[in-house]
Amino acid sequence: MLFYENVRLALHALWANKMRSLLTMLGIIIGISSVIAIMTVGNSLTTSMNESMVSLGANNITVYIQQKEEETETTEEGLKFEAIPRRNVSTTDDDLISRDMIENLCEVYPDEIYAVSVTENVGSGQITEGRKYANITFTGASVGAFVANDIKLTHGRFFTESEMDAGLLLGIISDKSVNNMFDGDPEAALGSVINVEVGDKFYPVTVIGIYKYEQSGFAFSFASEKNITTNLYIPLKTAKAINHTEGYTSFTVIVKDGVDPDAFAATAQNFFKPYYRNNRKFEVSAFSLTSVVETMSSMLGKITTAIAVVAGIALVVGGIGVMNIMLVSITERTREIGTRKALGAPNSSIRMQFIVEAVVICLIGGIIGIILGVTAGIGAAKLLDTVAVPSLFSIVLSLSFSMAIGVFFGYYPANKAAKMDPIEALRYE
Amino acid sequence: MSTEQRKKIIDLKGIVKKFYIGTPNELTVLKGINMEVYEGEFVAVVGASGSGKSTLMNIIGSLDRPTAGTYFLDGVDVTAAGDNELSAIRNRKVGFVFQTYNLIPKTNALTNVEMPMLYAGVNGRKRVERAKELLKMVEMEDRMKHLPEELSGGQKQRVAIARAMCNDPAIILADEPTGALDSQTGRLVMDLFHKLHKEQGKTIVLITHSPELAEETGRIITLKDGEIVGERAGLGHKPEESGVGV
Repeated sequence: MLFYENVRLALHALWANKMRSLLTMLGIIIGISSVIAIMTVGNSLTTSMNESMVSLGANNITVYIQQKEEETETTEEGLKFEAIPRRNVSTTDDDLISRDMIENLCEVYPDEIYAVSVTENVGSGQITEGRKYANITFTGASVGAFVANDIKLTHGRFFTESEMDAGLLLGIISDKSVNNMFDGDPEAALGSVINVEVGDKFYPVTVIGIYKYEQSGFAFSFASEKNITTNLYIPLKTAKAINHTEGYTSFTVIVKDGVDPDAFAATAQNFFKPYYRNNRKFEVSAFSLTSVVETMSSMLGKITTAIAVVAGIALVVGGIGVMNIMLVSITERTREIGTRKALGAPNSSIRMQFIVEAVVICLIGGIIGIILGVTAGIGAAKLLDTVAVPSLFSIVLSLSFSMAIGVFFGYYPANKAAKMDPIEALRYE
Repeated sequence: MSTEQRKKIIDLKGIVKKFYIGTPNELTVLKGINMEVYEGEFVAVVGASGSGKSTLMNIIGSLDRPTAGTYFLDGVDVTAAGDNELSAIRNRKVGFVFQTYNLIPKTNALTNVEMPMLYAGVNGRKRVERAKELLKMVEMEDRMKHLPEELSGGQKQRVAIARAMCNDPAIILADEPTGALDSQTGRLVMDLFHKLHKEQGKTIVLITHSPELAEETGRIITLKDGEIVGERAGLGHKPEESGVGV
């Protein structure tokens, strides 16, 4: 018999028992909507996490010096003991990464390196002016540091090459500091000399630029707007001079687009090996954010899948509900089945009729479930402050899964109906 | 016109039907039935309950196969047919009219009449056309959108008769068609059978326990304890006697 006629019959039968059909669908609706909602939220979280990681610099590679692993001894029980108790070993200038090493790295890999960010932390302090103050971190920065940290100037300019080399006390301050010190007037701030107090010492810094402070998603601050601590950038060489240091404990490489940060991290690590071959205490290590992002996404993906599987169990329970109601339905409709058979319906057509009915229940339930699930997912994503990304894959998967449930749980009752003896069925009261 | 020159529609030879075969309570319901019905005949099968009427009807209607014997329905060997073939035979050659109407509930009259055509693979527009034509014939065209629950017994039976006619079957098999109706509506239903018989030349087998109804047909076959014990001509239908009762 025609497929279309079966669908029409099924819709007819469902409409004739509206309340029962709805209750049966409810199991499917709950199952599908929870799967979809969870997948949507999971997708949204992964996407937003990736986005914030990229804004933090997925192309960044951090290169740093690290204490070498000390010799270990393994006991018979398999416990490991360090031969010498581990303790922090202080660095000398010989252990640090020198400016020459960084310059060599840039010369060897000009096609891979976009910029190198080097910072030198002088210390935390305040800008003071009478009763006005602003909390700052006094930081020396290379030009690359502004690229790596995605710092954008709203007013003024960056340091010039010659200013960097001259080691002048020039500063780039945040808009927050401008708010505190100059009542938010950038024109007044630019060119003025501010008093910076760090570790009981005062530094007169000339403001040449203002950047927009952006709160990082990964560093929450509970300080009030007024007490917030922002970076005050000075030329790297100036900071080095203040700290009386030559080398660096770490720096950041920003690779060019299209370069695999993970692979380049390994390359950079290998590059520094010869410099530290004879160093007994330290070696150079490098890692990229990409690997962190990948690990976190895959973890989140696994959690999402696990919860979705649990929600999928609700779907199976819903399927059993469908089977149950189909069994009730064919018992109730025994005479109808008998009549249809007497009037010439072959077994296959009776079977198809009831399978289609089960599939239609599941499919309608599935569609309602998808609508509810996507709505709930968008709502939940909004609460979590992420952008909802309904997963097309999960929608297609749920639809096919609900159809499969219809066929699977509909087959047994349908087959039972198909095998009924027409004489018995006609006599059924 | 003698019956021998006409086409045999039903040809039963030595039909035996046993139940619970091989068990101690084996039951022989039909004990060698020989029966022929010719095209255009109106035959009544009468008998008390337990006489084997229903079993015979199931076999004539191809709902069941005999244990022994041969049965040709409109030239087709029913005894050799498989399940699907039996379905097709019922669909195209038999028009059932049941005592309890057996309309599909919650499905309107028109769709009910269309149903056997659906299984015969008739396309949608032709089905509706034919179903409307038949409903008009049984004077139910103004109620074709009504559900069975909204129809009286007589109306339901008229819809059932329209349904039985839709694939233009070789026989109409009516099992106590007036059994659930009062005498007046029963009369109307019987008149409808006479109309189909006379105007369209339909072959009709009426199964009943009522001697009065049987008397209206052309031939009465009496069944007792699984055997045919009598066969005689009926008085036939006289329209002027209509309304006399069931």
